[in-house]
Amino acid sequence: MALLDYLLGQRRKSSANKAKDRLQILLAHERSHAKAPDYLPKMREEILAVIAKYVEIEEDNLKISLDEENGFEILELNLVLPEGKG
Amino acid sequence: MARVIVVTSGKGGVGKTTTSASFAAGLAQKGFKVAVIDFDVGLRNLDLIMGCERRVVYDFVNVVQGEASIKQALIKDKRVDNLFILAASQTRDKDALTQEGVGKVIEDLRADGFDYVICDSPAGIEKGAQLALFYADEAVVVTNPEVSSVRDSDRILGILQAKSKRAIEGDDPIVEHLVLTRYNPNRVQAGEMLAMEDVVELLNIKLLGVVPESEDVLQASNSGLPVILTEGVSASEAYKDIVDRFLGEDKPQRFLSVEHKSLFKKWFGK
Ligand SMILES: Nc1ncnc2c1ncn2[C@@H]1O[C@H](COP(=O)(O)OP(=O)(O)OP(=O)(O)O)[C@@H](O)[C@H]1O
Ligand SMILES: [Mg+2]
Repeated sequence: MALLDYLLGQRRKSSANKAKDRLQILLAHERSHAKAPDYLPKMREEILAVIAKYVEIEEDNLKISLDEENGFEILELNLVLPEGKG
Repeated sequence: MARVIVVTSGKGGVGKTTTSASFAAGLAQKGFKVAVIDFDVGLRNLDLIMGCERRVVYDFVNVVQGEASIKQALIKDKRVDNLFILAASQTRDKDALTQEGVGKVIEDLRADGFDYVICDSPAGIEKGAQLALFYADEAVVVTNPEVSSVRDSDRILGILQAKSKRAIEGDDPIVEHLVLTRYNPNRVQAGEMLAMEDVVELLNIKLLGVVPESEDVLQASNSGLPVILTEGVSASEAYKDIVDRFLGEDKPQRFLSVEHKSLFKKWFGK
């Protein structure tokens, strides 16, 4: 019985822990999004349009992020060009 | 100088109105002059929880639109001195409230010598909730130990920090307090529910207090009595602690463990 309780206890324990782990990841993600300036999505679209004039790329291959480091704001553009081109 | 306190959560049905009613009544019992305002236009409930639903003549929207004075619309509580309720409108639509109108009402309450103005926010993160928090000096974020409630609380914290008057004007930020309610120590111990420490760590705000899940809350609302006024039940004790801590008393947290609860039962025979 004790062993059964122990095993059940372990399994249940993991559900609250799972909740915490999932929230930790989600909140970090949503906080960075919430801080992103309103112009970011529009700017991303326009940059994509410019690039599309010269190379064919998948929309998902352009990553834009805004970070803060040592008091500086860093705008990072990361573009993966399709293989064999560019 | 009146302090404006918003009771907010993002997610609906977590205990904002329950908390607003008890927090306001508790502050008034301490001798402060308190107004509690229902911002849930179209879905008013605070009047029911406070037991004054049959005494509503004028409401918040009437005052904002200049159809009644604040003095005419405030309902004086019959049990607690210095406690006044401003009901939401049941018939108008949400757009009846304006930022300037709300600001004017708060100014009037300041001029009337109120110490605290408690704003019971509607659920959500849209206009109604943003109006309720706009003028806040302090925020009581009501959260349940449950994933979607914690997530929504985090969003509302972001809005407090970005879209309130204090944030926009670059004043000192809103003071944030966490009220963790509907807490079930049995389920926490069994690992089925997020523990207090987890929620505090995730949201990273100061804990004002934990309110246990309790049948007495429903009973109190059935009779139109803020639960803090029910003597000798855990939820009432929890809200009294919350008021004391808010006023600066250093009280240890209670209602966190199963043992504690049974001790409490022994003492109060509940
Ligand atoms: N500590 C508690 N124990 C048990 N039930 C509770 C507790 N706190 C609140 N409740 C119940 O939860 C329900 C919702 O409470 P309440 O109306 O205060 O939430 P709310 O956040 O104001 O909801 P809304 O978002 O609709 O305005 C009510 O039925 C209330 O009785
Ligand atoms: Mg409510």
